[in-house]
Parts: sequence; structure tokens; C-alpha cells
Amino acid sequence: MSSEMIAEYEVSHGKAKAFYERYERKDELQHQTHFCPGCGHGQTHKMLAKAIDELGIQNRTILVGPVGCGVFTYYYYDVGNISAAHGRATAVATGVKRSRPESIVIDYQGDGDLAAIGSAEILHAANRGEHITVIFVNNAIYSMTGGQLAPTTLLGQKTATSPEGRNAANEGYPLHVCELLATLEAPVYIERVGLGDNKQIMQAARAIKRAVENQVRGLGFSLIEVLSPCPTLFKMTPVEAQRWVRDVMEKTFPLGVFRDRTKEAQPRALPEAAPALDRIPQILGVANEDLPEGNPAVHDETAADLDLAVRVAGFGGQGVLLLGEVLAEAGLDAGLEVSWLPSYGPEMRSGTSNCHVRLATRVIDSPMVTNPDVLVAMNEPALRKFVKSVHAGGWILYNGEEFPADCEQPGVQVLACPFTEIADALGNARAGNMLMLGALLEMTGVLRDVNIDAALKRLVKNPRWTELNRRAIERGRELMRESRL
Amino acid sequence: MRKQLMKGNEAIVRSAILAGCRAFYGYPITPASEIAEAAALYMPRAGGVFLQAESEVAAINMIYGAAGAGVRSMTASSGPGISLMQEGISYMAGAELPCVIADITRGGPGLGNIAAEQGDYHQVVKGGGHGNYRTIVLAPHSVQEMADLTALAFELADRYRNPVFVLADGFIGQMMEPVEFSQTAVEPRTPDYAVTGTKETRGNLIGSLHLDIDEMEAHQGRMEAKYRHAEEHETRAEEWRTADAEIVLTGYGIMGRILKAVAAEARADGLKIGVLRPITLFPFPKLHFQRLAKSARVFVVVEMSNGQMLEDVRLALNGARPVEFLSRVGGNVPSHGEVLEFVRKLARQSLPALHLEEECVANV
Repeated sequence: MSSEMIAEYEVSHGKAKAFYERYERKDELQHQTHFCPGCGHGQTHKMLAKAIDELGIQNRTILVGPVGCGVFTYYYYDVGNISAAHGRATAVATGVKRSRPESIVIDYQGDGDLAAIGSAEILHAANRGEHITVIFVNNAIYSMTGGQLAPTTLLGQKTATSPEGRNAANEGYPLHVCELLATLEAPVYIERVGLGDNKQIMQAARAIKRAVENQVRGLGFSLIEVLSPCPTLFKMTPVEAQRWVRDVMEKTFPLGVFRDRTKEAQPRALPEAAPALDRIPQILGVANEDLPEGNPAVHDETAADLDLAVRVAGFGGQGVLLLGEVLAEAGLDAGLEVSWLPSYGPEMRSGTSNCHVRLATRVIDSPMVTNPDVLVAMNEPALRKFVKSVHAGGWILYNGEEFPADCEQPGVQVLACPFTEIADALGNARAGNMLMLGALLEMTGVLRDVNIDAALKRLVKNPRWTELNRRAIERGRELMRESRL
Repeated sequence: MRKQLMKGNEAIVRSAILAGCRAFYGYPITPASEIAEAAALYMPRAGGVFLQAESEVAAINMIYGAAGAGVRSMTASSGPGISLMQEGISYMAGAELPCVIADITRGGPGLGNIAAEQGDYHQVVKGGGHGNYRTIVLAPHSVQEMADLTALAFELADRYRNPVFVLADGFIGQMMEPVEFSQTAVEPRTPDYAVTGTKETRGNLIGSLHLDIDEMEAHQGRMEAKYRHAEEHETRAEEWRTADAEIVLTGYGIMGRILKAVAAEARADGLKIGVLRPITLFPFPKLHFQRLAKSARVFVVVEMSNGQMLEDVRLALNGARPVEFLSRVGGNVPSHGEVLEFVRKLARQSLPALHLEEECVANV
């Protein structure tokens, strides 16, 4: 043809600009796709590319590709491309869209990918109403791997892994993705379209464009299921395969709109601007100016190195961990090295609880207290569990009237008091832990009131407790003093 | 800088956000849940994204998306959750995407328990997913290191375009110690390879598919070169009184702390003993071991697992010195007393024999 003759043509259905002119990411045959003749992916690709062109969003578009016959989306689409693991495209799309809310994220998946291995991911992405567009190509078979059973395979349909035909008793029923997702609140647009004839294809093109447009308008989650022929694995000619989609497949998967809330849906508000970088330390509560200076004791050169190891144990709910925390926090306030190591997990909610606390003037090597200087036993089981671990010269503070005779250890001093009852008389039985803390402080003499006050201020937010805690600690100190008389 | 008392798990999140992390996707699991909880609180305030995913499988793939979009991102979990993430980690390594994963280990296999164990060493250090890849692994032993190594993890992840683990046991995650943070927040540059939904990044492709076998081999060759480079430049270990040590104790995480306490006490007895604590588990500090093998007589590996790091120590020493092994599992910790007794016995029984053996060799 001469150039004059070409000029007489007006191209009305040319190749979409969202496609590469030449498919250079392919190894060979870079002028054509890898799809078989009559494959529905080719048509779906075209319709999606055209929608991207018409909406003018090529630069903003990020296409998340699947595993399956659609895996090579990045060969063809001249947009940002991300290739996802099998079934995970909606999760990947979620991660992209949430960090790049201005981008248009399109998730392209087949039936094996989306409806089988990725069923959890699609369900939850739809349920969260992720602002993404999902193009779901359903051809009722695993094509890339050679024609095995898909979750959407029709009853009686023979595949490589259902050689006698799909049997509901063995493989269950074809999964209706649109119907399933339409039970959820969040999706704004769900439609099933087909590639069974030209009329269906026209409707598919409109639906795909709408699904993308919804995202451009910020409306929410849209999904289009495309019933699609696979002539190769249906073992049909392209024409027969297309007819099968229309005449057979559609009976199981009726076409139509399953959800359309595009009229009511409000465009999503743009995310707030991120705070200035220099405000981040403050936001995180780590800015120096917001942290207390502490009240270090004047260093006494003659004092021996302090190294105090405490084990606190009792029932969950007795304030075991808080007792330890106040001790550690007050130690830090006093300028000491400290560590606090809790037991954790279910025992926090019921049963026993314990923590290890160390206060030292030197760097603490191990935060684990296997042989404590002081055991604070808030109940008898805790006492029995740890009594033998206290080393000679150590102390046991026991929450009980009588110290069990069989628990006495040579060289270990004991203060047994019904701390909980005394706390109850003071105002609240739950302050028993602070009484025991007071006794411990009196006995060790390591921290000053100013340190304890600072710790309580940081850890106990309810002012109602502050006064009671102070009184409880003072009473605990008294009990220890009295015991030494 | 001023110190504040904080759990290791909470320190990770503060440090991550200061390092420019702006996306956290995770799934709750004891003993790592505080990380997700702190991220839920602080990530949105810092202008970032937090989402509790439907599974660890989804979480790591959301991270894949965020990293592909050029955002510093992280997740956190423990043993069983890390197992579920292995697929995604392999894809990220293959696609050369950076991310930081905190594994706060618990007891296993199976549901195991929630007590601290170190049984994730193999699945984390050796690369628990499919294919030829490695992950860089940092092993903090204090809350301060939880903060510092998390910041380093983001730098390394970007530098090597590879997932980086912060591997800590439940103790390090759950305990509180004084910690100080950088007062300067980092704003990382958006990497050139990212797909961000702009004209400039339209030509970018994130993926790990290489159908051509030679291309696949070349890709793996480049990855391998990266790992060799990391071995040369990123290996870290702490040595504590090893200069004249005849016995070298080695362990990571909480064990490193206990071993230092043991060594201090054994030194007081007059034993020449030191501690070599790997801080990077991959790359493994082989050269530290090989150098110490010239002076030390015996190495003692102490683990809360069934001899997983032991293999790396043996490989590093390659028979140069005997390696003794002490382990507790199930949530038990080799205690100060246990290790000390082991060391004293070793000193009594084996050291003299080792001296003798060397004399024999010298006399040949």
C-alpha cells in the first residue's frame, strides 16, 4: 500500500496506548501475545487497556499480575507492573494502594489464583473494601498447568484431575465468587460478564471500564468476573469454546450485576498530610525534651557496687508485674542500670505470674534472676515454686500470716505479713503489691521516695491510686521496720 | 539522649518509624504481638499504614506490595507465623525487594508453646523458603540492640535489596530495659526500581519470574554476589574477654547475656574464658571463630535449640578446635548455674587433656 492510500483510513479500533507497541519483555514473537487463539485473556486484556486509555490513567496505573495464564501482564501493559505470587495479588494490591493512594491499582487474576489458593486474600480485600479494581477471569479450568480442576469447574466437567467429571460429592460445587462477595458490606461494584458473544463482549467492556472508573472516582472495591473461553483445554475450536461459555457455563454462572452501590458511595477522603519529619520523635514519645531527667542519687564513692536481683511472683491480677515495673522504673530514675523480665502469655490472664528485676550500678549481664536476693511471694504456690532459689543471705517477703515451716531456708530471712489484708484495711486489697514494694524498699534501702514517686507518676495514670499507693508503700516500710525491732 | 524503660518489642516499632518505615502489616502472635500493637498506634500518627492482615501469608504479600511501591515496610511474627511467611520472603528475595521482619521466637515445632526458644535459627538463617536465596539476620541481645539493629536492618535491607530479619527470642522481645533513640527521623529516598504510579516509574517491573534458564542463572549469580559482599562487609560479632581465653563460650540473643554472666564468674575462679556473641547470624562471623581458634583451646556453643547454630560454628572452625555443646529447649533456658557447672567440668576434665594432646602433637 502506498502512503497516500493509508492516509485515507481512519483508525477507529487501533491498539490501545496502554499496550506496548512491541512486547520486548517477551523472548520471541514480540509482535503477538502468548495467548492461544480464541483465549479470553486476549479480549479481556484489550478491554482493560482500552479502559485505561479512555480514562487517561496510564501513568497512574499499577497492574498487579497473577500466576497462571495471565502471568505475563507485564509483557503487554505499558504501566507500572508488579508480579505477585500465586493467589496473593489482592494482598499485594492492598500493600501498593495503601501506600500509594493516588495510583490506580488493578489486580488481574484467574480462577485458580483468585478463587482457590487466593480465596482468603480476595475475601478479606473485598471485605475491607480495598480501593482496588479486580479483573477476575473465570474459564472454569487451570490452564497454565495443563487443564486441572478449578474451584469454578462445572459439575460433570472433565479435567486432568477430574477425569470422570467433577463430582459434587468429591470436589464440591462450582464456587460463585460474585455471589459470595456480594454478601459483604464493603464492595461497591460486582458484576459477572461473559465473552460468549459480541453482545456480551460489549457489556464486558463497559463493565470493566466502570470498575476502573470507580477507583478513579475513589468509590471503593470493584470486581468484574469475566466468563472466558479456553479453547485449548476445553479441546474445542475457538468458536465452539465461545459458544460453550454462552450456552453451558453461563447456566452455572449467571451474568449480571450483583452489587452496585456506586451512586450511594462517597468518594474517599484523601489521607491527611504526613507530619513533619522533625515531629516524629515527639509523636513516638522518644524526644529528649519530653523525657524526665530522673533523680540520680549523689554517687557515693565509698558505697559498694549495688547489684540487686529480685523475683516477684503471685497470681495474675495481684499486680506482680506492676510491682516489678515500679521497681525498675524507679531504679532508672535513680540512674541505675535496670532490667525487667516478665513471664508472659496465657499465665498473665489466669494462674501464676512472675517477673525478674535487676538493679545495678554496673551494666547488667543477664536479666534472668535464677537465684534472687529477694523473693516477693504474693501467694503460697509462688513461694513454694521459688523458695529454694533464694540464696543464703537473701530475703523472702511473703504475703501471708504464717510462713510455712517447711519453706524455711537456712540463712534466708523472712517477713511474712498478710499484706493484702492490710491493704484492704488501707482502702483497697489491690494495693497489696505496693505494701510489699514498700517493705522491699525499706529492707534494701536502694531507692529514695523521689524515685518511687517519679516511677508511680509514669506508670499509674489514675490519680485515685496515687495517694493510696503512697500510703501503701509507707505502710510497707513501717511493717519492715517493725519486724526488725 | 535520655533513656526510658521499654519492652524490646515496643522499641522495635519506634526505631522502625525513626528509620523511615511507613508500612506495617502483621498478624497477632505471642510473643510478638506488642510489635503490631505499637505499630497500630504509632504508624498512622506518623503518616504511615498499619493493617492487621487476615493471615501471615497475606501480611508478607502486603509488605511485598508496599516495598514494590518503594516504601520502607516491616512485619513481625513468631515461629509458626514466620513459617507461613516463607513463601512471600522467597518472592521478595527473588524480586530483590527490601523489608524488615522481626521474629520473636517461641517454642516449636508445631504449635509448640509460647516460651522463649531459639528453634527458628534454621528457618530464618538458612532461608526457610524455596530457591537459592539468603536473608540477612541480626540478633539483638538487649532492648537497646532491638532499637539499634532495627535501624540497621532497614539500611541493610535497602542496601542489599533483600529481606532482613531481626531475630530475637521471647525474652528480648518481652523484657524492659532502658533504651535511647535517635533524635533524628530518616526520610529514605524512594528507590529507582519502585513502581509508584507515575510516568517516571511506568517502565519498572517488580517480579521474580525468569523463564530463560541462563537469565535465571545470571540473576542468581548477582544475588549470590550480593550475599558474598554482605559476608565481607556486614559481619558483626561481640567479643568479651576473648584475648587470652582458652575457653570461648558462644551463643546469641538472651544466651549472649547469660554467657557473659557465666564468664565473669568463671574468670573470678581463675579460668581463662571469654564470650563470642554473633550479632549477625547471616552472614555468620566465621572469621571471628577462625581467628580465636588460633588461641582458644575449646569452644562451647550454648543454645535454646537442638544444635542449629552449632552447625555453623563447626563449619566455621572446620575441625580446628573441639566444639562442646549445651542446650535446653521447650522454653527452658540454660541457666547461669548450669552453664557454669558445664564450664567448670570442662575445665577440669577436658582442658588438661587438650593441653596434653597438643604436647603430643608438638613432640611428634
